[in-house]
Amino acid sequence: MQIAARHLDKITIFDISGDIDLATSPELRKALLRELRELKMPRVVLNLGAVRYIDSSGVASLVEGLKASRDVGSRLILFGLNRTIREVLQLSKLLKIFEIYENEEQSVAP
Amino acid sequence: MYYLERRCVRQSASVDLSETKRGIQFLRPEESAHVSRGSLLLRMELRSNPAMLCVVRNALGQLAATLGFSEPECREVVLAVDEALTNIIRHAYLGDAERPIEASFRRIHASRADKSGDALEIVLEDRGVTVNSKKMCGRALEDVRPGGLGLHFIRECMDTVEFSRRNGRNQLRLVKILHAQGSQKGT
Repeated sequence: MQIAARHLDKITIFDISGDIDLATSPELRKALLRELRELKMPRVVLNLGAVRYIDSSGVASLVEGLKASRDVGSRLILFGLNRTIREVLQLSKLLKIFEIYENEEQSVAP
Repeated sequence: MYYLERRCVRQSASVDLSETKRGIQFLRPEESAHVSRGSLLLRMELRSNPAMLCVVRNALGQLAATLGFSEPECREVVLAVDEALTNIIRHAYLGDAERPIEASFRRIHASRADKSGDALEIVLEDRGVTVNSKKMCGRALEDVRPGGLGLHFIRECMDTVEFSRRNGRNQLRLVKILHAQGSQKGT
Protein backbone atom coordinates (compact mmCIF):
# COMPACT_ATOMS: atom_id res chain seq x y z
CA MET A 1 0.00 0.00 0.00
CA GLN A 2 1.14 3.53 -0.72
CA ILE A 3 -0.30 6.75 0.68
CA ALA A 4 0.31 10.18 -0.81
CA ALA A 5 -1.12 13.28 0.83
CA ARG A 6 -2.31 16.43 -0.93
CA HIS A 7 -3.72 19.57 0.62
CA LEU A 8 -6.44 21.73 -0.84
CA ASP A 9 -7.31 24.67 1.39
CA LYS A 10 -8.37 23.01 4.62
CA ILE A 11 -8.88 19.63 3.05
CA THR A 12 -6.43 16.74 3.16
CA ILE A 13 -6.69 14.28 0.31
CA PHE A 14 -5.02 10.90 0.65
CA ASP A 15 -4.38 9.03 -2.60
CA ILE A 16 -4.13 5.40 -1.57
CA SER A 17 -3.04 2.52 -3.76
CA GLY A 18 -2.37 -1.20 -3.35
CA ASP A 19 -3.70 -3.56 -0.70
CA ILE A 20 -4.97 -2.53 2.74
CA ASP A 21 -4.47 -5.52 5.01
CA LEU A 22 -2.95 -6.54 8.33
CA ALA A 23 0.50 -5.54 7.12
CA THR A 24 -0.43 -2.10 5.85
CA SER A 25 -3.52 -0.92 7.73
CA PRO A 26 -1.51 0.45 10.71
CA GLU A 27 0.06 2.98 8.34
CA LEU A 28 -3.35 4.08 7.12
CA ARG A 29 -4.66 4.33 10.69
CA LYS A 30 -1.66 6.42 11.75
CA ALA A 31 -2.05 8.80 8.80
CA LEU A 32 -5.79 9.23 9.40
CA LEU A 33 -5.50 9.85 13.11
CA ARG A 34 -2.67 12.34 12.62
CA GLU A 35 -4.75 14.45 10.24
CA LEU A 36 -7.89 14.23 12.35
CA ARG A 37 -6.73 14.26 15.95
CA GLU A 38 -3.43 16.11 15.83
CA LEU A 39 -3.85 18.49 12.90
CA LYS A 40 -7.63 18.69 13.32
CA MET A 41 -8.25 19.00 9.61
CA PRO A 42 -11.91 19.86 9.01
CA ARG A 43 -12.15 17.44 6.10
CA VAL A 44 -10.12 14.36 5.21
CA VAL A 45 -10.80 12.71 1.86
CA LEU A 46 -9.63 9.23 0.90
CA ASN A 47 -9.17 8.49 -2.78
CA LEU A 48 -9.55 4.70 -2.88
CA GLY A 49 -9.61 4.42 -6.66
CA ALA A 50 -6.31 2.53 -6.83
CA VAL A 51 -6.93 0.21 -3.87
CA ARG A 52 -7.08 -3.41 -5.02
CA TYR A 53 -8.01 -5.07 -1.75
CA ILE A 54 -9.19 -4.27 1.75
CA ASP A 55 -9.68 -6.64 4.67
CA SER A 56 -11.27 -6.30 8.10
CA SER A 57 -8.20 -4.60 9.57
CA GLY A 58 -8.45 -1.98 6.80
CA VAL A 59 -12.14 -1.52 7.48
CA ALA A 60 -11.31 -1.18 11.19
CA SER A 61 -8.86 1.61 10.36
CA LEU A 62 -11.55 3.41 8.37
CA VAL A 63 -14.02 3.02 11.25
CA GLU A 64 -11.46 4.35 13.70
CA GLY A 65 -10.88 7.31 11.42
CA LEU A 66 -14.62 7.89 11.18
CA LYS A 67 -14.98 7.85 14.95
CA ALA A 68 -12.05 10.27 15.30
CA SER A 69 -13.63 12.59 12.75
CA ARG A 70 -16.88 12.60 14.70
CA ASP A 71 -15.01 13.25 17.95
CA VAL A 72 -13.32 16.36 16.56
CA GLY A 73 -16.25 17.52 14.44
CA SER A 74 -14.64 17.00 11.05
CA ARG A 75 -15.62 14.96 8.00
CA LEU A 76 -14.08 11.76 6.66
CA ILE A 77 -15.04 11.22 3.03
CA LEU A 78 -14.37 8.26 0.73
CA PHE A 79 -14.47 8.21 -3.05
CA GLY A 80 -13.39 5.99 -5.93
CA LEU A 81 -14.62 2.76 -4.36
CA ASN A 82 -14.30 -0.18 -6.72
CA ARG A 83 -16.44 -3.32 -6.61
CA THR A 84 -14.09 -5.15 -4.23
CA ILE A 85 -14.16 -2.40 -1.61
CA ARG A 86 -17.91 -1.93 -1.93
CA GLU A 87 -18.45 -5.66 -1.44
CA VAL A 88 -16.37 -5.70 1.74
CA LEU A 89 -18.07 -2.62 3.18
CA GLN A 90 -21.45 -4.07 2.21
CA LEU A 91 -20.55 -7.34 3.88
CA SER A 92 -19.68 -5.47 7.06
CA LYS A 93 -22.96 -3.49 6.86
CA LEU A 94 -20.87 -0.34 7.10
CA LEU A 95 -21.40 1.06 3.62
CA LYS A 96 -24.08 3.46 4.80
CA ILE A 97 -22.24 4.89 7.77
CA PHE A 98 -19.50 6.42 5.62
CA GLU A 99 -19.84 9.59 3.58
CA ILE A 100 -19.11 8.30 0.08
CA TYR A 101 -18.96 10.13 -3.24
CA GLU A 102 -18.25 9.08 -6.77
CA ASN A 103 -15.35 11.43 -7.47
CA GLU A 104 -12.97 14.01 -6.06
CA GLU A 105 -14.93 16.97 -7.32
CA GLN A 106 -17.93 15.95 -5.26
CA SER A 107 -15.75 15.09 -2.26
CA VAL A 108 -14.13 18.52 -2.01
CA ALA A 109 -17.22 20.55 -2.92
CA PRO A 110 -18.15 23.22 -0.33
CA MET B 1 6.84 -21.89 -0.52
CA TYR B 2 4.04 -23.76 -2.23
CA TYR B 3 3.52 -26.35 -4.88
CA LEU B 4 0.74 -27.47 -7.12
CA GLU B 5 -0.23 -31.06 -7.75
CA ARG B 6 -1.96 -30.83 -11.09
CA ARG B 7 -2.50 -34.55 -11.36
CA CYS B 8 -4.96 -34.37 -8.51
CA VAL B 9 -7.21 -31.67 -9.93
CA ARG B 10 -9.71 -34.09 -11.41
CA GLN B 11 -9.93 -36.26 -8.36
CA SER B 12 -12.56 -35.58 -5.76
CA ALA B 13 -13.32 -36.91 -2.33
CA SER B 14 -16.83 -37.00 -0.93
CA VAL B 15 -17.65 -35.30 2.34
CA ASP B 16 -21.11 -35.11 3.88
CA LEU B 17 -21.69 -31.62 5.22
CA SER B 18 -25.40 -32.03 5.76
CA GLU B 19 -25.06 -31.54 9.50
CA THR B 20 -23.02 -28.40 9.15
CA LYS B 21 -24.90 -25.30 10.20
CA ARG B 22 -24.28 -21.73 9.18
CA GLY B 23 -21.49 -20.30 11.27
CA ILE B 24 -18.47 -21.87 12.92
CA GLN B 25 -18.63 -25.46 14.05
CA PHE B 26 -16.39 -26.19 17.03
CA LEU B 27 -15.33 -29.82 17.17
CA ARG B 28 -14.61 -31.54 20.47
CA PRO B 29 -10.99 -32.46 21.26
CA GLU B 30 -11.65 -36.13 20.47
CA GLU B 31 -12.98 -35.10 17.08
CA SER B 32 -10.95 -33.84 14.19
CA ALA B 33 -12.15 -32.13 11.08
CA HIS B 34 -12.69 -34.53 8.18
CA VAL B 35 -9.80 -33.50 5.97
CA SER B 36 -10.09 -35.09 2.58
CA ARG B 37 -7.42 -37.36 1.13
CA GLY B 38 -6.06 -37.78 -2.35
CA SER B 39 -7.22 -34.58 -4.02
CA LEU B 40 -4.55 -32.12 -3.04
CA LEU B 41 -4.31 -29.08 -5.31
CA LEU B 42 -1.90 -26.89 -3.45
CA ARG B 43 0.02 -26.85 -0.19
CA MET B 44 1.74 -23.86 1.38
CA GLU B 45 4.10 -23.66 4.33
CA LEU B 46 4.56 -20.09 5.38
CA ARG B 47 5.59 -17.96 8.32
CA SER B 48 3.13 -15.88 10.28
CA ASN B 49 4.39 -12.72 8.65
CA PRO B 50 1.67 -10.26 7.59
CA ALA B 51 3.76 -9.40 4.54
CA MET B 52 3.07 -12.92 3.24
CA LEU B 53 -0.70 -12.39 3.14
CA CYS B 54 -0.60 -10.78 -0.30
CA VAL B 55 1.35 -13.77 -1.64
CA VAL B 56 -1.32 -16.17 -0.40
CA ARG B 57 -4.12 -13.97 -1.75
CA ASN B 58 -2.59 -13.86 -5.21
CA ALA B 59 -1.98 -17.61 -5.37
CA LEU B 60 -5.40 -18.47 -3.98
CA GLY B 61 -7.19 -16.09 -6.33
CA GLN B 62 -5.54 -17.82 -9.28
CA LEU B 63 -6.35 -21.26 -7.89
CA ALA B 64 -10.03 -20.46 -7.31
CA ALA B 65 -10.35 -19.01 -10.81
CA THR B 66 -8.70 -22.11 -12.28
CA LEU B 67 -11.24 -24.29 -10.51
CA GLY B 68 -14.08 -22.35 -12.12
CA PHE B 69 -15.30 -20.07 -9.34
CA SER B 70 -16.83 -16.82 -10.54
CA GLU B 71 -15.02 -13.55 -9.87
CA PRO B 72 -17.23 -12.65 -6.86
CA GLU B 73 -16.75 -16.18 -5.49
CA CYS B 74 -12.99 -15.90 -5.95
CA ARG B 75 -13.04 -12.65 -3.98
CA GLU B 76 -15.04 -14.34 -1.22
CA VAL B 77 -12.62 -17.26 -0.94
CA VAL B 78 -9.63 -14.92 -0.91
CA LEU B 79 -11.21 -12.69 1.75
CA ALA B 80 -12.14 -15.62 3.99
CA VAL B 81 -8.68 -17.18 3.88
CA ASP B 82 -6.97 -13.82 4.35
CA GLU B 83 -9.11 -13.16 7.42
CA ALA B 84 -8.43 -16.63 8.80
CA LEU B 85 -4.68 -16.16 8.39
CA THR B 86 -4.94 -12.72 9.99
CA ASN B 87 -6.67 -14.30 12.99
CA ILE B 88 -3.93 -16.91 13.30
CA ILE B 89 -1.23 -14.23 13.21
CA ARG B 90 -2.99 -11.96 15.68
CA HIS B 91 -4.65 -14.36 18.10
CA ALA B 92 -2.91 -17.74 17.89
CA TYR B 93 0.61 -16.37 17.48
CA LEU B 94 0.02 -13.01 19.20
CA GLY B 95 1.76 -11.12 16.41
CA ASP B 96 4.93 -13.26 16.27
CA ALA B 97 5.92 -13.14 12.59
CA GLU B 98 8.14 -16.25 12.57
CA ARG B 99 5.75 -19.06 13.50
CA PRO B 100 4.66 -21.77 11.05
CA ILE B 101 1.34 -21.92 9.25
CA GLU B 102 0.39 -24.77 6.95
CA ALA B 103 -2.31 -24.34 4.34
CA SER B 104 -3.66 -27.08 2.11
CA PHE B 105 -6.20 -26.77 -0.68
CA ARG B 106 -8.17 -29.72 -2.02
CA ARG B 107 -10.92 -30.32 -4.51
CA ILE B 108 -13.70 -32.36 -2.94
CA HIS B 109 -17.37 -33.14 -3.43
CA ALA B 110 -19.45 -31.56 -0.69
CA SER B 111 -23.12 -31.54 0.13
CA ARG B 112 -25.29 -29.87 2.69
CA ALA B 113 -28.98 -29.49 3.22
CA ASP B 114 -29.54 -26.85 0.57
CA LYS B 115 -26.84 -27.50 -2.01
CA SER B 116 -24.11 -29.83 -3.16
CA GLY B 117 -21.37 -30.02 -5.75
CA ASP B 118 -17.64 -29.93 -6.29
CA ALA B 119 -15.99 -27.76 -3.71
CA LEU B 120 -12.74 -26.20 -2.62
CA GLU B 121 -11.63 -27.34 0.82
CA ILE B 122 -9.05 -25.24 2.64
CA VAL B 123 -7.37 -26.39 5.84
CA LEU B 124 -5.20 -24.01 7.88
CA GLU B 125 -3.09 -25.33 10.74
CA ASP B 126 -1.06 -23.48 13.32
CA ARG B 127 0.80 -24.33 16.53
CA GLY B 128 -0.32 -21.28 18.45
CA VAL B 129 -2.18 -20.86 21.69
CA THR B 130 -5.57 -22.48 22.13
CA VAL B 131 -8.24 -20.21 20.77
CA ASN B 132 -11.10 -19.59 23.17
CA SER B 133 -14.21 -20.59 21.27
CA LYS B 134 -16.30 -18.22 23.38
CA LYS B 135 -14.28 -15.35 21.97
CA MET B 136 -14.74 -16.59 18.41
CA CYS B 137 -18.20 -15.21 17.97
CA GLY B 138 -17.43 -11.90 16.29
CA ARG B 139 -19.57 -8.95 17.27
CA ALA B 140 -22.95 -7.51 16.49
CA LEU B 141 -22.73 -5.58 13.24
CA GLU B 142 -24.88 -2.85 14.71
CA ASP B 143 -22.01 -2.13 17.08
CA VAL B 144 -19.97 0.21 14.89
CA ARG B 145 -16.41 -0.03 16.13
CA PRO B 146 -13.04 -1.22 14.84
CA GLY B 147 -12.35 -4.95 14.95
CA GLY B 148 -14.41 -8.12 15.20
CA LEU B 149 -15.35 -8.31 11.53
CA GLY B 150 -13.00 -11.06 10.40
CA LEU B 151 -15.11 -13.97 11.65
CA HIS B 152 -18.21 -12.43 10.18
CA PHE B 153 -16.50 -12.23 6.79
CA ILE B 154 -15.37 -15.86 7.01
CA ARG B 155 -18.84 -17.11 7.91
CA GLU B 156 -20.50 -15.07 5.17
CA CYS B 157 -18.05 -16.08 2.45
CA MET B 158 -17.75 -19.84 3.06
CA ASP B 159 -20.25 -22.70 3.14
CA THR B 160 -18.59 -24.56 5.99
CA VAL B 161 -16.38 -23.32 8.81
CA GLU B 162 -15.05 -25.89 11.28
CA PHE B 163 -12.54 -25.30 14.04
CA SER B 164 -10.75 -27.99 16.01
CA ARG B 165 -7.79 -28.35 18.35
CA ARG B 166 -5.74 -31.54 18.23
CA ASN B 167 -2.20 -32.52 19.19
CA GLY B 168 -1.26 -28.97 20.06
CA ARG B 169 -2.49 -27.60 16.76
CA ASN B 170 -5.38 -25.38 15.82
CA GLN B 171 -7.07 -26.50 12.63
CA LEU B 172 -9.54 -24.44 10.64
CA ARG B 173 -11.38 -26.14 7.79
CA LEU B 174 -13.21 -24.02 5.24
CA VAL B 175 -15.31 -25.27 2.34
CA LYS B 176 -16.71 -23.34 -0.62
CA ILE B 177 -19.04 -25.25 -2.92
CA LEU B 178 -18.51 -24.74 -6.65
CA HIS B 179 -21.43 -24.56 -9.10
CA ALA B 180 -23.85 -25.47 -6.36
CA GLN B 181 -26.86 -27.60 -7.15
CA GLY B 182 -29.96 -26.27 -5.39
CA SER B 183 -30.53 -22.89 -3.77
CA GLN B 184 -27.60 -20.52 -3.55
CA LYS B 185 -26.63 -17.65 -1.39
CA GLY B 186 -27.26 -14.24 -2.83
CA THR B 187 -23.78 -13.18 -3.77
